[in-house]
Amino acid sequence: MRIRDLLLLGGVALLGTAMMAGRGGRGGRGAPAAGGTISGKVTFTGTPPKMKPIDMAKEPFCAKEHAAAPVFTENVVTGPGNSLRWVAVYISAGDQGSSPATETVRLDQKNCQYIPHVLVVQPNQPLDIYNDDPHSHNIHPLAKVNPEWNKSQPAGAPPIHAKWELPEFIPVKCNVHPWMHGWHVVLTTSHYAVTGEDGAFSLQGLPPGKYTVTAWQEQFGTQSQDVTITGTETKTINLVFKATPY
Amino acid sequence: MRLHTRFVALVSGLGVLLYTAGATVGSAQETHIEGVTGHAAAGKKVYRRYCILCHGPDGDGNGENAQWIDPKPRDFTLGVFKCRSTPTGTLPTDEDLFNAMSRGFVTTNMPQWLPLSRQNRADVVAFIKTFSPKWKTTKAGTPITIPPEPTLTVESILHGRELYQKMECWKCHGARGHGDGPSAATLTDNKDLPIRPYDFSSGSRFMCGVTNRDLYKIFMTGLDGTPMPSFADDIKPADGWDLVHFLRTLQPLQTPEAAIWQAWLASHANELKPIGPPGTGQ
Repeated sequence: MRIRDLLLLGGVALLGTAMMAGRGGRGGRGAPAAGGTISGKVTFTGTPPKMKPIDMAKEPFCAKEHAAAPVFTENVVTGPGNSLRWVAVYISAGDQGSSPATETVRLDQKNCQYIPHVLVVQPNQPLDIYNDDPHSHNIHPLAKVNPEWNKSQPAGAPPIHAKWELPEFIPVKCNVHPWMHGWHVVLTTSHYAVTGEDGAFSLQGLPPGKYTVTAWQEQFGTQSQDVTITGTETKTINLVFKATPY
Repeated sequence: MRLHTRFVALVSGLGVLLYTAGATVGSAQETHIEGVTGHAAAGKKVYRRYCILCHGPDGDGNGENAQWIDPKPRDFTLGVFKCRSTPTGTLPTDEDLFNAMSRGFVTTNMPQWLPLSRQNRADVVAFIKTFSPKWKTTKAGTPITIPPEPTLTVESILHGRELYQKMECWKCHGARGHGDGPSAATLTDNKDLPIRPYDFSSGSRFMCGVTNRDLYKIFMTGLDGTPMPSFADDIKPADGWDLVHFLRTLQPLQTPEAAIWQAWLASHANELKPIGPPGTGQ
């Protein structure tokens, strides 16, 4: 008798959760109320690798542009207080209604660097790629899930209009300038941030619910944490990576 | 005894069922190449006889032989192919795959598969299309439009030479097309393996064919998976032929382009500005 009651209770609870989940999963049910915020910092423990100065001698124009302030590799960029830059922080589970983004994201190839080093787009969001240098670059996104393409873009050419359809972390390189590395991160959620030098992030407008926040760093992988939002509060979390020199 | 017979019958029946099921799933892919229809189920048998040792049982290029050869065998699971008539980032047509297999890839371990019948080759292409999920979700790209080749003139070659400079082909292929440009030594493919640009002075066949039309397609569609990009957004279709004519002069072959070029050089060579970085006499 008792077991039957427990099973019944469990079944009802499951049904209830399923119904709640179903309700949240559909988008377009009116804009979410000014909701809660998940903010914090991405930091590391341990010893990170030293970034190396880039020798751009093969492209004299870029070498000259950086003569005063050398440029370093960007796979692990740290900041004050052991913060990590270029970390994509996003809602990886529990997202309740992210609508497709329509504003155009811009990528610049300037002085032989990708600016920004890490950019985030949502599926099919317009991405315009500019060549600001007086020489050619080729843009070679090494996509595996999305199509891999490779286009040359001479100096003065119009921007390349690109878009990515499927969620993926896409490394991008220029074959002519082998030190150029960047990332196109394609996320379905509109709740994301890319950390600056201070490692800080803030995900706003979150309706009440259970969320998983994931931080992705190109060399160290991912760190996740579960956060529950009940109203309009701000929950602060810290995501910490274990850094190794190699 | 009777039990044993029943058991054997059951297992055999199950085996037949599984085999048929497998065959049905495979034959979902078909190819149509100039009147020949290829089927994946038939292609699987040919693949396992001739292709598996390099391209691997899973079609990922990790066959037994792969460790000994360079460049590595194609990984079909990526759905990325070098020799296409379709734009960069799109799937090749059935003909593209059929021709690539038939022609082979000079300077690699991929032989010409002409000894296989056209039916066999069409069947193998159909089977190859089962390795990547992209074939289920995307159609092959639309082949690029190639205008007819214009009459060969020295003006065409000279314009092609300007394009070689302006498009910065020399950065990888070198000022004389020797594959020794400033960026050549650091080139890697999409698996991060070192790869060299084509050396025109070798006179060897191109990766994707021998004709002027094949050459045109190479730079107008790019060799996907390699550092060679598509210039379709940067070179007007008619101008592409000028570049083809100039590229032929870089090869040590007796082509009509070389003949015209040599004749013109005999009296005009000092008019040419050298190819290379700005400031080298440009």
